[in-house]
Amino acid sequence: MRVTTLKAAILAAALSLGLASPAARAAESGAEIPNTKFSFDGPFGTFDRGELQRGFQVYKEVCAACHSMHLLSYRNLRDIGLSEAEVTAIAASYQIPDGPNDNGEMFERPGRPSDRFRRPFANDAAARAANNGALPPDLSVIVKARQGGADYIKALLTGYEDPPEGVTLMEGMYYNKYFAGHQIAMAPPLTGDGQVQWGDGTAATVDRMAHDLTAFLAWASEPESETRRAMGVRIILFLVVLGGLTYAVKRKIWARVHGDPIT
Amino acid sequence: MASGLHDSTIQNPVIRWIDQRLPVFTMMQKEYGSFPTPRNFNYLWNFGALALINLVIMIVTGIFLAMNYTAHTSMAFDSVERIMRDVNYGWLIRYVHMNGASMFFIVVMVHIWRNLYYGSYKAPRELLWIFGVVIFLLMMATAFMGYVLPWGQMSFWGATVITNLFSAIPLVGDSIVTLLWGGFSVDNPTLNRFFSLHYLLPFVIAGVVFLHVATLHITGSNNPLGIEPKGPQDTLPFHPYYTAKDSVGIIAYFIVFAVLVFFTPNYLGHTDNYIPANPLVTPAHIVPEWYFLPFYAILRAVPDKLGGVLLMFGAIAVLFVLPWLDRSPVRSMRFRPIAKWALMLWGINFFVLMWAGAMPAEGIYVTIARLSTAYYFAYFLVILPLLAKIERPLPLPESISHAVLRGGGRLHGAAATAKPMEKA
Repeated sequence: MRVTTLKAAILAAALSLGLASPAARAAESGAEIPNTKFSFDGPFGTFDRGELQRGFQVYKEVCAACHSMHLLSYRNLRDIGLSEAEVTAIAASYQIPDGPNDNGEMFERPGRPSDRFRRPFANDAAARAANNGALPPDLSVIVKARQGGADYIKALLTGYEDPPEGVTLMEGMYYNKYFAGHQIAMAPPLTGDGQVQWGDGTAATVDRMAHDLTAFLAWASEPESETRRAMGVRIILFLVVLGGLTYAVKRKIWARVHGDPIT
Repeated sequence: MASGLHDSTIQNPVIRWIDQRLPVFTMMQKEYGSFPTPRNFNYLWNFGALALINLVIMIVTGIFLAMNYTAHTSMAFDSVERIMRDVNYGWLIRYVHMNGASMFFIVVMVHIWRNLYYGSYKAPRELLWIFGVVIFLLMMATAFMGYVLPWGQMSFWGATVITNLFSAIPLVGDSIVTLLWGGFSVDNPTLNRFFSLHYLLPFVIAGVVFLHVATLHITGSNNPLGIEPKGPQDTLPFHPYYTAKDSVGIIAYFIVFAVLVFFTPNYLGHTDNYIPANPLVTPAHIVPEWYFLPFYAILRAVPDKLGGVLLMFGAIAVLFVLPWLDRSPVRSMRFRPIAKWALMLWGINFFVLMWAGAMPAEGIYVTIARLSTAYYFAYFLVILPLLAKIERPLPLPESISHAVLRGGGRLHGAAATAKPMEKA
């Protein structure tokens, strides 16, 4: 009985952790999201720098036409394995609005690594006007902001189909089996093999592009995740050793009072 | 010794000089050194110390977050992400704070459960218990306002739903809501005042914790047997015995905390809170943080808004009068054969409520929530008062040392031989 109360307490804590999730985990979309194997899955996963760089190129050449990533700066691209010179060149290829200058006028100048990713539209209204009334969401934290995370993003990118019989789509909408309600305003972004030309010679199949783009977006959402996990492993190992020592000390101290309370 | 000075027993001349004028060292020695503590605590008695540590962690991380956070609707979301990306170890500080809230509730809920199981709320510890319930209430208010600060979708809509509850109060309800909002909808003034209060309340909690601990040091701790220590053979000095035992619990707690922070930092959160707040788009399901789910289920179990609000607050209010509802003189459930199972069922029922709170308020879920709500209250209002009259408790041991020391008290054959070999 004494042991069971302690066990009950531990179980309670564990249950409360487990129970917290059904709300968060319940899939809202129709079709079940397939589980994709990513290099960053699991507690020890890491990002594949090749995937991230290829994924960035897909974002830059395809997604960036409509989707901003305004929480990222060009300097962050050093983390995906690009050199200082490459990052500077990428930043300089964009014209960034700045100002006002001494004459009180706004102007554009070549980007610097410290600049945030340039937004494709001046404001949300302009974005809607160019996209049939729909607002393309910012992609900076998209993997953290969707149930299913990276699996869902990958599934969505490749989930376009012809609508089933009897389903009529609204004007300018597309059918996607993984999107909640199935009608999505985004046109299929990855249209065919070879849509981008990767410098490393990887064949740009639709599936490969979707996979690498998802990896890039996952990194962008949680750029700290590799550092975080590595630190976590070290801290937990340290705590386990410290816990063992602490328990030994506790036993030694309690040995003095002949007989640990039977609790 | 000069007259008017405290009679200090401390040897070190500098510390002695201070202690004679401000006897904090004598006090610490009395309250945390030699403080007589029942010798039979189990590990559930770690959770008070854990809660105190958790409060300190929340305040320290919170202060550093506030240095980098911007309480404005147009900047709050981005400022939190900026902390995560550009502040040195900002992700660590933020994830510790965010998961620290969940850890705090886990720790405090176990702490409360221990009180319920071992009858710690009974005389003479009623006021100690009441301060504890006040802390729990303040924690809920603080956590709720903290969840609003990142200004994500759940922040905004959670704030809208919860503040709207106050509109159910007759006559003054709408005025109270306007006051909470600082306007006519959840907006920038709401965010600003919530930030201010979220910074204030933890220090209020610290104050009530002081009262909680001060009260504890008058009555002394309860223990798993629920009988008072009868003399020095029943107690041990707090240090080194319980400092050592608490240390073991603290490391275990840090390990659980570390797993959450480093490997599943967003597991207990809601993905929608990484979508910036948008007053024009309502999320499909507005779900509060997990620790509010049981109370959310009670709120939604009642078809009437005012009734639901009253019952939800009643779920906490009933705890205040618990010492007077449970009139059984026996504290520990170890000696209460029926009440023990009624309480175990109450514990399971609490998780059922938590689950029901996460489900949509429709169909079978409402029925389950209603039955669970009924049992939540019935335990306090019907079962405990009734059991005090009809239950036949098991015989209580003569003393703590008699019950817990193998070989103590009456000699059992085996126990007597085991005594010299005893290890902790």
